[in-house]
Amino acid sequence: MDHDHQEAPSDPALRVMALESLLVEKGLVDPAALDALIDTYEHKIGPRNGARVVARAWVDPEYKKRLLADATSAIAELGYEGGQGAHMVVVENTLQCHNLVVCTLCSCYPWPVLGLPPVWYKSAPYRSRAVIDPRGVLREFGLEISEEVEIRVWDSTSEMRYLVLPERPAGTEQMTEDELTTLVTRDAMIGMAKVTLTGGAR
Amino acid sequence: MNGVHDMGGMHGMGPVTPEANEPVFHEPWEGRVFALNRTTGALGKWNIDASRHARERIPPTDYLRMSYYEKWLAGLLMLLEERGVVSRAELESGRARPEAAKARPSLTADQVPAVVADRGRFDRPVNQPPRFAVGQAVRTKKINPTGHTRLPRYARGAVGIVDRIHGAHVFPDSNAHFRGEHPQHLYSVRFAARELWGAEAAPRDSVYVDLWESYLDAV
Repeated sequence: MDHDHQEAPSDPALRVMALESLLVEKGLVDPAALDALIDTYEHKIGPRNGARVVARAWVDPEYKKRLLADATSAIAELGYEGGQGAHMVVVENTLQCHNLVVCTLCSCYPWPVLGLPPVWYKSAPYRSRAVIDPRGVLREFGLEISEEVEIRVWDSTSEMRYLVLPERPAGTEQMTEDELTTLVTRDAMIGMAKVTLTGGAR
Repeated sequence: MNGVHDMGGMHGMGPVTPEANEPVFHEPWEGRVFALNRTTGALGKWNIDASRHARERIPPTDYLRMSYYEKWLAGLLMLLEERGVVSRAELESGRARPEAAKARPSLTADQVPAVVADRGRFDRPVNQPPRFAVGQAVRTKKINPTGHTRLPRYARGAVGIVDRIHGAHVFPDSNAHFRGEHPQHLYSVRFAARELWGAEAAPRDSVYVDLWESYLDAV
């Protein structure tokens, strides 16, 4: 049979399967390593890590000081470090200032504390608009920021990775660190949401 | 390069649409592409800047049409072929050249936890002190390189204030083209939204961009 003019399969699932089998045949890739990597980012590394950092900063003023001064080391204290988190900066939301993180050029995101980014973060609408219309983007997420409050947008153009330290909500004074952790959402650590007493789906 | 990947400030891309209960990977093949990128990266045939630049070289119409992990697949195929890891004939046939020696995998399952936990630093020691100080006004250069750069178009020719100095980091503009790391001091520069976008921008808002020293001039 002549396969010379056979069209390459256009379905990405088939193309990826073909590529994986070629790389395995050449001995370049161990399929078990692929399984382990997928399992790690599906089940072990995600926004719960970042939520622990935030909750610790809320209950421990000395930790918060270290976190704002040298985020990479302070986050490593809790055991979170790794690829796409080599150099961390934590920016703090206050009554006067709201922070928002984007990567306009690609999809830079702090993996060790937030896991892999959601589709919207990597999408053309977010990448194009976060820098020119942060208030409009926040409004679409249900967040109206007063004109009195300064918005700081952090464009991740280098290997520095940014994490937002959201405001601790009122009414949580009696909560334990573990309880606080359950309130902190991924979107709040990107700067697209506030932390509320009911937590949030994202 | 002035590619479509450089999206900051573009109009017409539509609303940002979050997805409830979003899975890490929407299809199994997305996870495979992600993991193939990580494992083949460990071969040491390219660096992270080169992989970003590969995805930037996807033709603009394809770039806008493709899903995120389709772009990762396209970029990976480019690098595998350009860096001589697989040949065009192998990619087309899906079979290894019969005479090719069998390699050893660059990454095995037992090595995955250590690789995931490895920071992989990008800061480097340099002899020169930083040229600019925190609080100093700087102007970004007007440049339009055809190769890789991390100076976004929207921030070119603009005046900002140095907010932080991150130390000297690998310079992506040379590293992406395998011309060496040439580390330079890296600055976080604060630009008033009005400096970037004009009088209609909110008066207090600002955008912080990480910029290498050679992108900047003193004002």
